Amino acid sequence: MSDQAVQLPLPGFEAVRDEWRSDYDDQMGPALNPKNRSGIEVKPLYTPDDWNGDAYMEDLGFPGQVPMTRGIYPSMHRGRTWSQRQLIGLGTPEDYNARLKALIAHGASAGSLIPCNSVYRGYDADEVPAELLGTCGAVVNSVDDMEICYRDIPLENFSTAQNDPSPFTLLALLLAVAKRRGIPWNRITGTSNQSDYISHFVCNHMFFRLALPGARRVLVDHIAFSQKHLPGWNPLSVVGQHMQQGGATPAEAMGLTLSTAIQYAHDCEARGLDPNEFLTRFTFFFDISLSFFEEIAKFRAGRRIWQRIVRERFGATNPKAWRFKFHGQTSGVDLTREQPLNNIARVTAQAIAGIFGGLQSLHTDSYDEVLSVPTEQAARIAVSTQEILKDEAHLTDVIDPLGGSYYVESMTNDMEEKILAVIEQIDAEGGMYAAVSSGLVQRIVGVSALAHQDRIDSGEQTVVGVNKFKVPEEDEMPRQPLKPPPADVIEAQIERLKRYKAERDQTATARAMDELSRAAESEDENVFEKIVDATCAGATHGEICQRLRDIYGFGDPLIVP
Amino acid sequence: MERNMSEVQLSSFPPRVLVTKIGFDGHDRGSRIVASFLRDAGMEVIETAPWQEISQVVRLALEEDVDVVGVSSLSADHLLMPKLMAALQEAGLSHVKVVVGGIVPDDDEVMLLNAGVAQVFHPGVGRDEIVEGVAAFAAQAREQRNGELVT
Repeated sequence: MSDQAVQLPLPGFEAVRDEWRSDYDDQMGPALNPKNRSGIEVKPLYTPDDWNGDAYMEDLGFPGQVPMTRGIYPSMHRGRTWSQRQLIGLGTPEDYNARLKALIAHGASAGSLIPCNSVYRGYDADEVPAELLGTCGAVVNSVDDMEICYRDIPLENFSTAQNDPSPFTLLALLLAVAKRRGIPWNRITGTSNQSDYISHFVCNHMFFRLALPGARRVLVDHIAFSQKHLPGWNPLSVVGQHMQQGGATPAEAMGLTLSTAIQYAHDCEARGLDPNEFLTRFTFFFDISLSFFEEIAKFRAGRRIWQRIVRERFGATNPKAWRFKFHGQTSGVDLTREQPLNNIARVTAQAIAGIFGGLQSLHTDSYDEVLSVPTEQAARIAVSTQEILKDEAHLTDVIDPLGGSYYVESMTNDMEEKILAVIEQIDAEGGMYAAVSSGLVQRIVGVSALAHQDRIDSGEQTVVGVNKFKVPEEDEMPRQPLKPPPADVIEAQIERLKRYKAERDQTATARAMDELSRAAESEDENVFEKIVDATCAGATHGEICQRLRDIYGFGDPLIVP
Repeated sequence: MERNMSEVQLSSFPPRVLVTKIGFDGHDRGSRIVASFLRDAGMEVIETAPWQEISQVVRLALEEDVDVVGVSSLSADHLLMPKLMAALQEAGLSHVKVVVGGIVPDDDEVMLLNAGVAQVFHPGVGRDEIVEGVAAFAAQAREQRNGELVT
């Protein structure tokens, strides 16, 4: 694809090109071309020598049509822009509810729920050190807590994303709330965000670590349950963001993510599910770094590769199954503690790359994320950034506006090659499950993380305010971190949970928990269905996690030095 | 690269450093990179998975006879540091220097230093500063412990 000779009649092309090259060399001397983060050489100029449109139909085609390079929908951002899906979560359910309402008033059209880290680890508030509660996400343990999170918000008309990596108790609690309110489950829409246990296993480890086989079982059961009961729910979000934030290059992150999706698709097939159905519910979640053109090329190449994989490897004939739906989050790794307001500029550039890359949903980071959990003012600026790009800068007027750029098309081809090489490497290892069990993926990510740090330490990669254009400490901007919730508020939250546990129907709860154990120990029952039954009967998040840990074991990450 | 300089300085006594995470956060890119830096600089590094209990950290520090404990914190897990400092004291490890790396708000930094943490390394600090800082703390720890043994 990349080595295309000039076919168009361009009189004088070669002579003028050579003249330019010689002028360029005179000015620049024997300087080497830089490489982008994925290791691809970046030339000073791209021309029809690099890409000339001869393979337009094979490489690009039209939006919503194979090979999907230009976008997964015919109208792309003209028809529907993207969901502004800000990650929020702080303090108590009441705090979350207030922040969510503020974001909705400010234009957010969907909301994510980020639970407290104690929830990620699988505990209830009454079994952990109180000083950590609510410092990094909302404390949500029971159906009562979830009810408060979504107080006054019509769940039948609001798309939520539950950041809940296995065993998906937050979704189960949400369904229990819907049941209480009399909302049929088929009206519930949204995503089990970060439901990809493999990326957690490799990189950010934010879940309670059911040992791998247990996590695998619960994920597939939860996909099967969604297929049956939740037509508006996307149970799977495969998280390239973890891989890239963990250190993988953009090409590696895309390759590892597609390999992970291939693994999950195989697992769903083994469970007897139909690719034409389950593939329509696969979604992806990526990091958008500051390497602007590389990121755009990453997304365009990823879209092209995925449609090929689902058609060729899984034989999907349903065009909806070919769509590479993805959420993008601007990369926190590129933000700096020095001169934090500079991060607004960084986030803007990252967001533009994501938009030009054709995303379906976007989270823009708050500039103060490197200082603490974001403050409300910073979160508002992050949302406004999206609106400015959309409504003031008119970035959504034209579909795939960089399509046809010699540079972007050539880089898309180069990235495709790099990504395919990663997928081949994982295939050769026996697939992603095997490759994370052996430590291969952890090694790939670790080596790249170190290499990126070396680029910064050596000054090869400029970071303004850090390794260049430093400002003396006394001229630094004031940093005002968000305060954690007051101790008495947390104390009241713990008391409320204890009261909840004391006052619920103990018989019904115990019976549902026994059912859960039985299903988890069986070969063929749907474990997630029993988790939903358990939350409806009164069981809490921590109790469900504890029960599953007892059965499947507590996993530990593989530390590969 | 510039790694050799540190290696020469350290060759007489390789410092022993425990690199760990406490609390609930699992993001370990930072702790793993720092562990590599220290290892490359010739130090003996003991690295753990995230989520260590305070008692586990103390036990490891004791068993591995470390000079420095490095705790990475990216969310709010550093709020547990006073408990860790007290537990180290109680175990007779007052000579061990403790450093924290990651995202620590300014007010919390004061709290940590008051609790006895030797230094907080913020995002953006380079390899050399970390390696040199840890090496110096390790030297202090050795000196202090040897002093304690003599007296």
